[in-house]
Amino acid sequence: MIPTTALALIEVDITRGNLNPLPIAVSPLSIDEDSKKKFKSILKKENIGSEISLIVEKNLKTSGLFNPLNKDAFLQAPDIANLKPRFEDWNLIKAQALVTGKVKFQNDKLRVEFRLWDVLAGKEMMALAFTTVPSNWRRVGHIITDKVYERLTGEKGYFDTRIIYVAEEGPKTRRIKKLAIMDQDGANNKFLTLGNELVLTPRFNPTSQMVTYLSYFRNLPRVYLLDIETGMQEVVGDFPGMTFAPRFSPDGKKIIMSFAKDGNSEIYTMDLENRIVEKITNHPSIDTSPSYSPDGKYICFNSDRSGYQQIYIMKSDGTNVKRISFGKGLYGTPVWSPRGDLIAFTKLHKGKFYIGVMRIDGSGERLLTENFYQEAPSWSPNGRVLIFYRETKTNDKGEGFSAKLWSIDLTGYNERLVTTTTDASDPSWSSLLSN
Amino acid sequence: MKLNKILKNAFLITFACLALSACATQKKTTGQMQGDVYTGTDTVEYLASGVPDRVFFATNESVLTTASRETLRKQAAWLRKNSEITIVLEGHADERGTREYNLALGERRANAAKDYLMTYGISSDRISVLSYGKERPVDSGSNPLAWSKNRRSVTVKAN
Repeated sequence: MIPTTALALIEVDITRGNLNPLPIAVSPLSIDEDSKKKFKSILKKENIGSEISLIVEKNLKTSGLFNPLNKDAFLQAPDIANLKPRFEDWNLIKAQALVTGKVKFQNDKLRVEFRLWDVLAGKEMMALAFTTVPSNWRRVGHIITDKVYERLTGEKGYFDTRIIYVAEEGPKTRRIKKLAIMDQDGANNKFLTLGNELVLTPRFNPTSQMVTYLSYFRNLPRVYLLDIETGMQEVVGDFPGMTFAPRFSPDGKKIIMSFAKDGNSEIYTMDLENRIVEKITNHPSIDTSPSYSPDGKYICFNSDRSGYQQIYIMKSDGTNVKRISFGKGLYGTPVWSPRGDLIAFTKLHKGKFYIGVMRIDGSGERLLTENFYQEAPSWSPNGRVLIFYRETKTNDKGEGFSAKLWSIDLTGYNERLVTTTTDASDPSWSSLLSN
Repeated sequence: MKLNKILKNAFLITFACLALSACATQKKTTGQMQGDVYTGTDTVEYLASGVPDRVFFATNESVLTTASRETLRKQAAWLRKNSEITIVLEGHADERGTREYNLALGERRANAAKDYLMTYGISSDRISVLSYGKERPVDSGSNPLAWSKNRRSVTVKAN
């Protein structure tokens, strides 16, 4: 958590809430007239330098850790600021950090350079340049944000990422569900299935752009594997009944899931290379919602072997099963943090649903948010933010239903609606696409 | 004086409303649910005359009630008489549970019905089981009565 450069004066403490977000100025990236025209003809954007800086600004604001300042107050022009900022001017508008940069059309590519400045110390904290295809311009904004976030918080960012989720429409009794994918900020939304069959619980492979999910294709609920790039799909394993609740192992080589037969759900794994299936649990109760620890050595899961839904952990071979949830109420959907120290869950108590976290031994339970209905937290790749879905209560005529994605910081602050084009549920956060 | 009268009338109307709504609520809870198991017939369809197509469950339970067992015995008798018919048992849960657990719970409920039909002589070859979890409610309300209608196993003709 301590920035690597000892000289830096500013740093953002991310272990606390967003009570004092860091004032930061994001200067529009400067651009020459020629490049501006070229990008305008390709991307239909008037000024791609301003557009990219807006993405950075929105990302930083959404994190809850930064307070991007109003551009109207900026005294220095973007090109001059990028060469040598006049720190007194930025200090005057109370900016503590400043992002400047330059974007250029070069050999049919988009070349960007940017700098992060410590305004109070009057020093450059970071300078980076990279080149990509022009159509990647939104990702350029996300990558800049990731670098700034990492430099100022000491932790990896989560902005150059995507969310896979289930897009929903239609009445509650005949809901149509499609797989959909979008950038973390809601841009570039795309549907991956047509809605002909019910689909549920898509989850990313942490090492590639593969997804596993549940589909009711031909009324046979089975776990499927989907390659987002090629659109290729296949059934996972040859089970004589419903398979569900799939997730990848941290190395991306196995799928762990439940298989239900004769009223009993057990947890199985399938190795994607040699197709070997292993039975992990063996108990006449419901065992489901498995999730690996990041080192792959343990599995947390949901079981009602005590009579009601609780959270358990076991070794990845199924031995040493231990219950870890002991608070009041029912617990479901455990999901291991990518940092390894926490398990996020859904809790039902006295008619309310909570998203919470606990340590892996079950101690330190913290409830982050309470509502009529919400479930299925998924971690940002840096383990700082949870995304989940929330449904509204209908009236006695069954009207007023909606399902939306929300995110919340691990601290319990900064709860935000994640805007989607349709109703949405079952979100899963990808790993960082770059670095 | 006049105002007083209006106020009095208003009070009377309010009291009347209260009495009515109390009646309605009472009817809802005692008339169509026993404990939290649905006992009404609003959503029930019939496989044949006198053979209801579904049974209902208590919250988080897959135990068959006395009424459920009676319904399933009627279904078994009908299936014995119509030996060419195959069925799907569709298991469902209400919206007050996590999606994955509810898929497992729906499967467990449908299997409770399957096991009972089998003890009354119906071959497992004629029965398949399909869990919908909480994905296909019959009543889209967010209230205890609606939830009780949705916790069900429905016997559907497959051929």
